[in-house]
Amino acid sequence: MIITKKKDGTSLTLVLEGRLDTMTAPRLESDLRSSIDGIEKLVLDFASLEYISSAGLRILLSTQKIMNKQGSMVIRNVNEDVMDIFDITGFADILTIE
Amino acid sequence: MKELTIDATVENIATVTDFIDEQLEQRGCPMKTKMQVHIAIDELFGNIAYYAYNPEIGIATVRVEVTDNPLAVVITFIDNGIPYDPLAKADPDITLSAEERNVGGLGIYMVKKTMDDISYEYKDGQNILRIKKKF
Repeated sequence: MIITKKKDGTSLTLVLEGRLDTMTAPRLESDLRSSIDGIEKLVLDFASLEYISSAGLRILLSTQKIMNKQGSMVIRNVNEDVMDIFDITGFADILTIE
Repeated sequence: MKELTIDATVENIATVTDFIDEQLEQRGCPMKTKMQVHIAIDELFGNIAYYAYNPEIGIATVRVEVTDNPLAVVITFIDNGIPYDPLAKADPDITLSAEERNVGGLGIYMVKKTMDDISYEYKDGQNILRIKKKF
Protein backbone atom coordinates (compact mmCIF):
# COMPACT_ATOMS: atom_id res chain seq x y z
CA MET A 1 0.00 0.00 0.00
CA ILE A 2 1.19 3.52 -0.81
CA ILE A 3 0.18 6.37 1.50
CA THR A 4 0.49 9.95 0.25
CA LYS A 5 0.05 12.76 2.78
CA LYS A 6 -0.94 16.35 2.07
CA LYS A 7 -1.11 18.80 4.93
CA ASP A 8 -2.62 22.26 4.70
CA GLY A 9 -2.77 24.05 8.06
CA THR A 10 -5.11 21.99 10.21
CA SER A 11 -6.34 19.92 7.25
CA LEU A 12 -4.74 16.60 6.41
CA THR A 13 -5.45 14.43 3.39
CA LEU A 14 -4.24 10.86 3.10
CA VAL A 15 -4.45 9.16 -0.27
CA LEU A 16 -4.35 5.38 0.05
CA GLU A 17 -3.34 3.18 -2.84
CA GLY A 18 -3.53 -0.62 -2.79
CA ARG A 19 -4.82 -2.90 -0.05
CA LEU A 20 -5.59 -1.96 3.52
CA ASP A 21 -5.22 -5.31 5.25
CA THR A 22 -3.48 -7.13 8.09
CA MET A 23 -0.06 -6.52 6.57
CA THR A 24 -0.45 -2.84 5.70
CA ALA A 25 -2.82 -1.55 8.40
CA PRO A 26 -0.07 -1.04 11.03
CA ARG A 27 1.65 1.40 8.65
CA LEU A 28 -1.46 3.51 8.29
CA GLU A 29 -1.93 3.41 12.03
CA SER A 30 1.55 4.71 12.78
CA ASP A 31 1.29 7.30 9.99
CA LEU A 32 -1.94 8.60 11.48
CA ARG A 33 -0.67 8.50 15.02
CA SER A 34 2.31 10.68 14.13
CA SER A 35 0.36 13.25 12.12
CA ILE A 36 -3.15 13.58 13.55
CA ASP A 37 -2.30 15.91 16.46
CA GLY A 38 -3.94 19.31 15.95
CA ILE A 39 -5.74 18.20 12.78
CA GLU A 40 -9.31 19.46 12.55
CA LYS A 41 -10.20 18.10 9.15
CA LEU A 42 -9.03 14.66 8.09
CA VAL A 43 -9.74 13.46 4.55
CA LEU A 44 -9.08 9.88 3.50
CA ASP A 45 -9.05 9.45 -0.27
CA PHE A 46 -9.92 5.87 -1.23
CA ALA A 47 -9.99 6.33 -5.04
CA SER A 48 -7.15 3.84 -5.49
CA LEU A 49 -7.95 1.59 -2.54
CA GLU A 50 -8.60 -1.95 -3.75
CA TYR A 51 -10.01 -3.44 -0.59
CA ILE A 52 -10.16 -3.24 3.15
CA SER A 53 -10.20 -6.03 5.72
CA SER A 54 -11.13 -5.85 9.40
CA ALA A 55 -7.59 -4.73 10.29
CA GLY A 56 -8.26 -1.58 8.25
CA LEU A 57 -11.76 -1.13 9.66
CA ARG A 58 -10.31 -1.20 13.17
CA ILE A 59 -8.10 1.80 12.33
CA LEU A 60 -10.92 3.70 10.64
CA LEU A 61 -13.03 3.25 13.77
CA SER A 62 -10.32 4.37 16.21
CA THR A 63 -9.46 7.33 13.97
CA GLN A 64 -13.14 8.29 13.67
CA LYS A 65 -13.38 8.31 17.48
CA ILE A 66 -10.36 10.64 17.72
CA MET A 67 -11.69 12.96 15.01
CA ASN A 68 -15.15 13.08 16.65
CA LYS A 69 -13.36 14.85 19.52
CA GLN A 70 -11.09 17.19 17.58
CA GLY A 71 -12.84 17.89 14.28
CA SER A 72 -14.18 15.89 11.36
CA MET A 73 -13.20 12.94 9.20
CA VAL A 74 -14.40 12.38 5.66
CA ILE A 75 -13.80 9.45 3.35
CA ARG A 76 -13.83 10.26 -0.35
CA ASN A 77 -14.02 8.32 -3.61
CA VAL A 78 -15.04 4.99 -2.11
CA ASN A 79 -15.32 2.33 -4.81
CA GLU A 80 -18.21 -0.12 -5.02
CA ASP A 81 -16.32 -3.05 -3.50
CA VAL A 82 -15.14 -1.09 -0.46
CA MET A 83 -18.65 0.39 -0.12
CA ASP A 84 -20.05 -3.15 0.01
CA ILE A 85 -17.77 -3.87 2.96
CA PHE A 86 -18.88 -0.66 4.70
CA ASP A 87 -22.52 -1.71 4.16
CA ILE A 88 -22.03 -5.28 5.40
CA THR A 89 -20.27 -4.17 8.57
CA GLY A 90 -22.49 -1.18 9.36
CA PHE A 91 -19.52 1.16 8.88
CA ALA A 92 -21.53 3.06 6.25
CA ASP A 93 -23.56 4.45 9.16
CA ILE A 94 -20.69 5.57 11.38
CA LEU A 95 -18.38 7.05 8.75
CA THR A 96 -18.89 10.19 6.70
CA ILE A 97 -18.58 9.09 3.09
CA GLU A 98 -18.66 11.69 0.32
CA MET B 1 -6.67 -30.26 -4.98
CA LYS B 2 -3.57 -28.25 -4.13
CA GLU B 3 -2.00 -27.89 -0.73
CA LEU B 4 0.47 -25.48 0.82
CA THR B 5 2.10 -25.91 4.22
CA ILE B 6 3.80 -22.81 5.49
CA ASP B 7 4.76 -20.87 8.63
CA ALA B 8 1.68 -19.14 10.00
CA THR B 9 2.95 -15.57 9.89
CA VAL B 10 1.39 -12.29 8.82
CA GLU B 11 4.06 -12.00 6.11
CA ASN B 12 2.84 -15.27 4.59
CA ILE B 13 -0.71 -14.00 4.02
CA ALA B 14 0.60 -12.74 0.65
CA THR B 15 2.12 -16.15 -0.15
CA VAL B 16 -1.17 -17.90 0.60
CA THR B 17 -3.09 -15.33 -1.47
CA ASP B 18 -0.80 -15.89 -4.48
CA PHE B 19 -1.16 -19.66 -4.08
CA ILE B 20 -4.98 -19.45 -4.08
CA ASP B 21 -5.00 -16.88 -6.91
CA GLU B 22 -3.22 -19.29 -9.19
CA GLN B 23 -6.14 -21.71 -8.86
CA LEU B 24 -8.78 -18.99 -9.18
CA GLU B 25 -7.24 -17.49 -12.30
CA GLN B 26 -7.04 -20.85 -14.06
CA ARG B 27 -10.81 -21.10 -13.71
CA GLY B 28 -11.65 -17.52 -14.63
CA CYS B 29 -12.83 -16.39 -11.21
CA PRO B 30 -14.61 -12.99 -11.39
CA MET B 31 -12.74 -10.02 -9.86
CA LYS B 32 -15.33 -9.38 -7.17
CA THR B 33 -15.28 -12.99 -5.97
CA LYS B 34 -11.50 -12.93 -5.99
CA MET B 35 -11.44 -9.83 -3.81
CA GLN B 36 -13.87 -11.37 -1.32
CA VAL B 37 -11.69 -14.48 -1.17
CA HIS B 38 -8.63 -12.26 -0.59
CA ILE B 39 -10.34 -10.63 2.37
CA ALA B 40 -11.32 -14.05 3.75
CA ILE B 41 -7.68 -15.21 3.49
CA ASP B 42 -6.51 -12.04 5.23
CA GLU B 43 -8.97 -12.59 8.08
CA LEU B 44 -8.58 -16.34 8.51
CA PHE B 45 -4.87 -16.85 7.89
CA GLY B 46 -4.21 -13.62 9.79
CA ASN B 47 -6.11 -15.05 12.79
CA ILE B 48 -3.99 -18.21 12.72
CA ALA B 49 -0.82 -16.11 12.47
CA TYR B 50 -1.81 -13.97 15.45
CA TYR B 51 -3.45 -16.42 17.80
CA ALA B 52 -2.97 -20.12 17.03
CA TYR B 53 0.56 -20.51 18.36
CA ASN B 54 1.12 -17.20 20.13
CA PRO B 55 3.87 -16.40 21.09
CA GLU B 56 5.53 -19.18 19.07
CA ILE B 57 5.45 -19.52 15.30
CA GLY B 58 3.74 -22.66 14.06
CA ILE B 59 2.74 -24.00 10.69
CA ALA B 60 -0.54 -24.02 8.86
CA THR B 61 -1.80 -25.94 5.86
CA VAL B 62 -4.01 -24.39 3.24
CA ARG B 63 -5.89 -26.60 0.78
CA VAL B 64 -7.68 -25.28 -2.26
CA GLU B 65 -10.00 -26.96 -4.66
CA VAL B 66 -12.17 -25.58 -7.44
CA THR B 67 -15.29 -27.71 -7.79
CA ASP B 68 -17.70 -27.96 -10.73
CA ASN B 69 -21.48 -27.95 -10.37
CA PRO B 70 -21.63 -25.47 -8.90
CA LEU B 71 -18.40 -23.80 -9.93
CA ALA B 72 -16.94 -22.83 -6.58
CA VAL B 73 -13.70 -22.56 -4.67
CA VAL B 74 -13.31 -24.49 -1.44
CA ILE B 75 -10.46 -23.43 0.84
CA THR B 76 -9.49 -25.29 4.01
CA PHE B 77 -7.26 -23.77 6.69
CA ILE B 78 -5.66 -26.25 9.09
CA ASP B 79 -3.50 -25.53 12.12
CA ASN B 80 -2.35 -27.44 15.20
CA GLY B 81 -2.64 -24.49 17.54
CA ILE B 82 -4.94 -23.88 20.47
CA PRO B 83 -8.51 -25.03 19.78
CA TYR B 84 -10.51 -22.07 18.56
CA ASP B 85 -13.93 -22.05 16.94
CA PRO B 86 -14.42 -18.61 15.37
CA LEU B 87 -18.03 -19.49 14.54
CA ALA B 88 -18.91 -19.90 18.23
CA LYS B 89 -18.59 -16.16 18.74
CA ALA B 90 -21.74 -14.02 18.59
CA ASP B 91 -21.99 -11.66 15.62
CA PRO B 92 -21.05 -8.07 16.42
CA ASP B 93 -23.83 -5.50 16.77
CA ILE B 94 -23.33 -3.50 13.60
CA THR B 95 -25.98 -0.91 14.49
CA LEU B 96 -24.06 0.73 17.34
CA SER B 97 -22.57 4.23 17.08
CA ALA B 98 -18.84 4.77 16.59
CA GLU B 99 -18.37 5.47 20.30
CA GLU B 100 -20.15 2.28 21.36
CA ARG B 101 -18.51 0.00 18.85
CA ASN B 102 -15.44 -2.11 18.97
CA VAL B 103 -14.27 -4.27 16.12
CA GLY B 104 -13.97 -7.63 17.84
CA GLY B 105 -15.40 -10.38 15.67
CA LEU B 106 -15.77 -8.13 12.65
CA GLY B 107 -13.35 -10.11 10.48
CA ILE B 108 -15.09 -13.44 10.86
CA TYR B 109 -18.44 -11.67 10.45
CA MET B 110 -17.31 -10.29 7.07
CA VAL B 111 -16.22 -13.77 6.02
CA LYS B 112 -19.58 -15.25 7.07
CA LYS B 113 -21.44 -12.58 5.08
CA THR B 114 -19.39 -12.84 1.89
CA MET B 115 -18.76 -16.59 1.62
CA ASP B 116 -21.49 -19.08 0.66
CA ASP B 117 -20.52 -21.56 3.32
CA ILE B 118 -18.23 -21.73 6.33
CA SER B 119 -17.64 -24.63 8.69
CA TYR B 120 -15.34 -25.45 11.58
CA GLU B 121 -14.28 -28.65 13.27
CA TYR B 122 -11.61 -29.62 15.76
CA LYS B 123 -10.27 -33.03 14.93
CA ASP B 124 -7.10 -34.92 15.88
CA GLY B 125 -5.62 -31.84 17.50
CA GLN B 126 -6.32 -29.66 14.46
CA ASN B 127 -8.45 -26.61 13.86
CA ILE B 128 -10.06 -27.16 10.48
CA LEU B 129 -11.87 -24.19 8.99
CA ARG B 130 -13.45 -24.48 5.56
CA ILE B 131 -14.95 -21.81 3.36
CA LYS B 132 -16.78 -22.12 0.07
CA LYS B 133 -17.48 -19.40 -2.45
CA LYS B 134 -19.38 -19.84 -5.69
CA PHE B 135 -18.05 -18.05 -8.78
